[in-house]
Amino acid sequence: MDDLYREVIIEHYKNPAYRGSLDPHDLSFEDSNPLCGDHIRIDLRVDEKGMITDARFDGHGCAISQASADLLLESIVGKKLDDVKALNKDHILELLGIELGPVRLKCALLSLKVLKAGVYGMSSATDELVE
Amino acid sequence: MTYDVNQVRKDFPILEREIRPGVKLVYLDSTATAQKPDAVIEAMDDYYRQSNANIHRGVHALAEEATTLYEKSREKIADFINAPSARQVIYTRNTTESINLVAYSWGRANLHSGDLVILTEMEHHSNLVPWHMLSEEKGIRLEFIPVTAEGLLDLDVYRTLLEQNPRLVAFTHMSNVLGTVNPAAEMIKLAHQAGAVTLLDAAQSIPHLGVDVQSLDADFVAFSAHKMVGPTGIGALYGKEDVLERMPPFLGGGDMIKVVKLRSFKPNDLPYKFEAGTPAIAETTGFGAAVDYLSKLGMENIARHEHEITEYALERLEEIPGLKLMGPLSADKKGGVAAFTLDQVHPHDVAQILDGDGIAVRAGHHCAQPLHEKFGIPASTRASFYLYSTKEEVDLLVEGIYKVKRYFG
Repeated sequence: MDDLYREVIIEHYKNPAYRGSLDPHDLSFEDSNPLCGDHIRIDLRVDEKGMITDARFDGHGCAISQASADLLLESIVGKKLDDVKALNKDHILELLGIELGPVRLKCALLSLKVLKAGVYGMSSATDELVE
Repeated sequence: MTYDVNQVRKDFPILEREIRPGVKLVYLDSTATAQKPDAVIEAMDDYYRQSNANIHRGVHALAEEATTLYEKSREKIADFINAPSARQVIYTRNTTESINLVAYSWGRANLHSGDLVILTEMEHHSNLVPWHMLSEEKGIRLEFIPVTAEGLLDLDVYRTLLEQNPRLVAFTHMSNVLGTVNPAAEMIKLAHQAGAVTLLDAAQSIPHLGVDVQSLDADFVAFSAHKMVGPTGIGALYGKEDVLERMPPFLGGGDMIKVVKLRSFKPNDLPYKFEAGTPAIAETTGFGAAVDYLSKLGMENIARHEHEITEYALERLEEIPGLKLMGPLSADKKGGVAAFTLDQVHPHDVAQILDGDGIAVRAGHHCAQPLHEKFGIPASTRASFYLYSTKEEVDLLVEGIYKVKRYFG
């Protein structure tokens, strides 16, 4: 349990650096986890070279889902959109530094699914995006 | 007879289990599904080891044995709910399928565009979506009895809705989130006075309070075995005989027919008219054993024990700062369910930390999304109690919640 709620997760959950919205933004996408109702929206600003210059997320959900969103955005600012396309669940697990069972994995991966669906311009965030 | 919960617990092998080394199971999720006693597990095991055969039309000894077991369980279930005859007990997969059977068969034959069906705001999705689907198909109208802030049905609004000539009133006997026990007998009587047919979702009430279908006078009663210490995959629909007789069949296939020609068929008599295909035979033997088990303990004893545990749990939970209980705050108005929110902590996080100590609770909207929306919350944490729950388990739950508060404090 102490592992699952590592200080870094509680810290990012309580004091997220990237919570909020960007107006104007270049990309915005949102979706929910139908199992638990967790919801995340991500706004991105992207320069002409396809580099992510700023990012924000908003939504509600458990500590795992919100902390992983914050950690994810921290990890992609300064990266190219194409780099985001290559990210999968290993990236999130690395950021969180914990092992997760199948139920909580869905919570952790919601932000990456939303991000990638937005980058690809899809209509909804699917599981295949992060496998 | 005094109810010895520690003796009762010995009947449930899973309650002995350690969830992780050194961490014992504290099972507080019986509203989702109950644990099974040896008697139920053995009945199904025996069936497969000793009596397995397909039912009906077999002449050999095993087929006869299997048929007898299948029908014997139906009789036990009929007795348990005080149905006038076993013909009025139709096997289904679960409460959801029972309600769907009514919607598809009775609903399609009897409801027409503009007809009013009254439901409530506290329904499980299983008593909402079949009617949404019928509404899309037939254009029936749905109205909802509101839930008050205390978690009770607003019966004044119900009386007003009854003036609009409803065809059907379908409602839950006991809410799976609020725990509210609705005044079913009174509501059914009012519905009948308004000329409506009634369907009672008894998934939560039959396991905990017992139900007498004749004294309630319900036209349909839907319930599941797995919430009453029986197996999953088997449930039942009770119906009044004349209503069932006039209904068209539900699923088509073997066993539900009397005669089949290449281009036509004649449906079988009750209850087989509604039981197409090879059923879950082993599960019906488990269902029968579950009913025997509950009868042996006595539903009154079970209800009294649960009342005591619920009263204690509400008292202990109310002490916790930042914890907000959903539904009635008195155990006299509710069954063994305590759904709550805790400060701003997400129910998933609450459930996860409790799981670390082996405490099994449920987190989410518990298949009652509209009810959560009504109270302005996306989800809740739910602890529920049954005939094997103890005060010590409530204490462990309360300790666990304080631990959650320390993590997020």
